[in-house]
Amino acid sequence: MPQAANPAERAAIDALLGPPASGWDGGTRTDLDGHVAFGGLHGAAADRHLLLPALWEIQDQIGHISKGAMNYICERLSVPPADAYGVASFYSLLATSDRSSRIAHVCDDIACRNAGATEILEELSDRADVHTGPCLGQCERAPAAFFQLAGQRDRVVAPATTSAIQDVLDLNRVAEPTPVAESTPQLRNGAQDLSVMARVGRVDPLSLDSYLAHGGYIALRRALTMGPQAVVTEVKESKLRGRGGAAFPMGIKWEAVAAEPAADKYVVCNADESEPGTFKDRVLIEGDPFAIVEAMTIAGYAVGAGTGYFYIRGEYPDAQSSFEEAVQSARRAGLLGADIEGSGFGFDIEVRRGAGAYICGEETALFNSIEGFRGEPRQKPPFPTQAGLFGKPTVINNVETLINVLAIVTAGGDTFAGTGSAESTGTKVFCLSGHVHRPGVYEVEFGASLGELLAMAGGVVGDFKAALVGGAAGSFLMGDRLDLPLTFEATRNAGASLGSGVIMAFNSDTDFVDLVLRIGAFFRDESCGQCVPCRVGTMRQEESLLRLAAGSGDEGSLLADVAQVMSDSSICGFGHAASWAVQSALRSGLIGGSS
Amino acid sequence: MTAVPLGEPRRLVSLTIDGQEVTAPEGSTVLDACRRQDIDVPTLCYLENLTPVNTCRVCMVEVEGSRTLVPSCSREITEGLEVRTDSERVATSRKLVFELLVSSIDMSLVDAPTLGWMNHYEVDAERFGSAAKTVDQEVKIQDDLYVRDYGKCMLCYKCVEACGEDAQNTFAIAVAGRGFDSGISTEFDTPLPESACVYCGNCVAVCPTGALMFKTEYDMRAEGSWDESAQSVTTTICPYCGVGCNLELHVQDNEIVKVTSPIDHDVTSGHLCIKGRFGYEHVQNR
Ligand SMILES: Cc1cc2nc3c(=O)[nH]c(=O)nc-3n(C[C@H](O)[C@H](O)[C@H](O)COP(=O)(O)O)c2cc1C
Ligand code: SF4
Ligand code: SF4
Ligand code: FES
Ligand code: FES
Repeated sequence: MPQAANPAERAAIDALLGPPASGWDGGTRTDLDGHVAFGGLHGAAADRHLLLPALWEIQDQIGHISKGAMNYICERLSVPPADAYGVASFYSLLATSDRSSRIAHVCDDIACRNAGATEILEELSDRADVHTGPCLGQCERAPAAFFQLAGQRDRVVAPATTSAIQDVLDLNRVAEPTPVAESTPQLRNGAQDLSVMARVGRVDPLSLDSYLAHGGYIALRRALTMGPQAVVTEVKESKLRGRGGAAFPMGIKWEAVAAEPAADKYVVCNADESEPGTFKDRVLIEGDPFAIVEAMTIAGYAVGAGTGYFYIRGEYPDAQSSFEEAVQSARRAGLLGADIEGSGFGFDIEVRRGAGAYICGEETALFNSIEGFRGEPRQKPPFPTQAGLFGKPTVINNVETLINVLAIVTAGGDTFAGTGSAESTGTKVFCLSGHVHRPGVYEVEFGASLGELLAMAGGVVGDFKAALVGGAAGSFLMGDRLDLPLTFEATRNAGASLGSGVIMAFNSDTDFVDLVLRIGAFFRDESCGQCVPCRVGTMRQEESLLRLAAGSGDEGSLLADVAQVMSDSSICGFGHAASWAVQSALRSGLIGGSS
Repeated sequence: MTAVPLGEPRRLVSLTIDGQEVTAPEGSTVLDACRRQDIDVPTLCYLENLTPVNTCRVCMVEVEGSRTLVPSCSREITEGLEVRTDSERVATSRKLVFELLVSSIDMSLVDAPTLGWMNHYEVDAERFGSAAKTVDQEVKIQDDLYVRDYGKCMLCYKCVEACGEDAQNTFAIAVAGRGFDSGISTEFDTPLPESACVYCGNCVAVCPTGALMFKTEYDMRAEGSWDESAQSVTTTICPYCGVGCNLELHVQDNEIVKVTSPIDHDVTSGHLCIKGRFGYEHVQNR
């Protein structure tokens, strides 16, 4: 007899999915059940996308997912239990065995370990309810901790101390997080002329009226009068490139999806932001959520999509609630839903919460995650523009990329293309952390150099040694690169990559072996495990780095071989990039003993 | 009056493979096109009767214009495609993928073609040292029919596909966990007899590494009596129902030791049910 859900588990699922309709999906069996069909295979497949939300509901309410709760979810959604277990066990924020219902995830990633996380974790090492984990996207207020508190809203504490962590776990005492404007030095200093961040810190993120008073929805109204085709043309002319890491021209994607004849198309906003050292999207979502709602609506209008999905990483409870409130306000005001502003165009947004898996930021893994499957990337082609979410043509863009659309539609693609550099138009929001005096996000017109950005962040604490640009999937730039303009083209020509705009500065006291080991562990931990080069290669890379740290001098050729096979033969960008930071640390002599 | 063609007519697509102009029907994969030319391409996770999952990455080829290598088993050919299967880069990658694989799992029971490829690419099983972490674990014997030794599992997803959408539609197993720690599992690692498993044996039949094995074979191997060279294979039709599945009876010393079905058989595509697979005791009831 399969285990049954207890009443609390059942109630949590029924609150999300509504009561079961019949004996077929977990309700009480009646005589009628033998005589009617309930949706069949199509009905069942249609509900699979609710698997992750249902697992989250149990995780949130109960603190772990029991066999009984899983069985009930599977009955309700017609998902095989083995499949559901495969999905749940993929995510590090979902627990499939009993554990404490109050868990602290303390970040021990690059910025935090340089800001005291290691010491905190040592002090708390005897607590089973304190886990370590990768970057929480709070690097400007390192060290950070994320709390999963069953029955309560999840919380973030940053900067965290040993006693603050104990207070949350033992006494339920949580300090309110600092508003983004206060933890963002550029805004604190009243910087003018910002574009993507123009409203952050000025607008009340929870008020539609405030958004409207700050120029909100001018772009959508303009778009609706221009017509979809013209919007796509402006976006193309802007030469805007994606800010999520791949730097792909946005206009080309939009044009491709707009040209698809399919009836169902989707817009997806990638707010998974899990690249170590990246926290800009969090600041943007918390500070100006309506801008994203508006930009997604414009995207839907331009390409002919009626539904948008906003996929946000599970460690951003504050950003998620501010976005959800914005969606609700927009709906109430008729700015989402059927017939927006009397245009005949209808659009709405669904929010999906990631559950602790860096790989779900990869676009096709993200689609699988939304669809209720394991977050495993798909082999491309087909590209998302042809077969994306639910197999339909899909535009997927990063949060920052999308916000740029507002300026493009308002001022025109040409004007936008006139700013920044030839191939990198507009502005870029950089995430500065590590050994700088004023860590935070900084928006600059493309063209500013590494040195200029470090100076904006108050300069380096101590003697500058290297900056990790682009995050764990990036590379180290040394002192001879301080003049390098941080544009897509200049970094590419320098053999580096801008990635999502991470700049982590390190001074000469930094233990680079420790740091690169953490990067190696990150890739081993976060590999989805699907393909051999990456699943085994990231493990072998880490083992080799451990030997290197222990004094072995002979790891270079092995690391190079692993790097080559991972970048040549892995399925996705994760495996392709898993060796970049390690290789650049070796090349620049930060590790490997040749400095 | 035109005759009605049998089967869908397929346009021929031309491409070059290793400098040779070749053609293959539209919809073929690069692997299909290579095999038409008798070009040997290693494969592990690919099987004719399953949807390609392209996870093993031993079938990689170079395609002009692609930054990375491309899995030949799933890439559809297009007009003018330029493919290289014989470059240094391809050989290096295949060799390394095999070396990574053999460093992480026990490959002692892989089939002859796989051993051939490993020899061809001069795979060094010790490339990553003897301390390299493996997926070695306790063998699972939970019933009289299957043995599951996931220390040999290469995560080719074949068993999952055969159990699920591609054949059995039972969905008793799936990949669980993540990264190096992922593995094939029932829900919560429930013992197989308590899971949804119907013991069709289709997972065992498709497993390329011997991670899944019929218990008869496992026991005979354990006592040292398993001898494929002493086995004959007799094709017959399953006596149980009217579907007409072809069975291949593997017989050693006048005992049926294993039952399979030909992969190119249009009734079964190689898949069977529990009766055809295991219901042979009555034949031997002498
Ligand atoms: C391993 C991996 C992780 C990624 N993570 C993110 C992410 O967290 N956020 C994001 O916007 N893009 C991420 N991307 C890039 C996306 O795949 C995709 O290119 C992007 O969302 C497209 O949006 P854009 O064109 O606006 O940048 C990631 C890519 C890879 C390979
Ligand atoms: S490269 Fe790594 S993360 Fe990407 S599909 Fe392969 S195993 Fe998964
Ligand atoms: S058990 Fe066999 S068939 Fe299943 S994934 Fe592992 S190697 Fe492949
Ligand atoms: S929050 Fe810890 S490194 Fe980013
Ligand atoms: S056979 Fe092509 S990837 Fe496995």
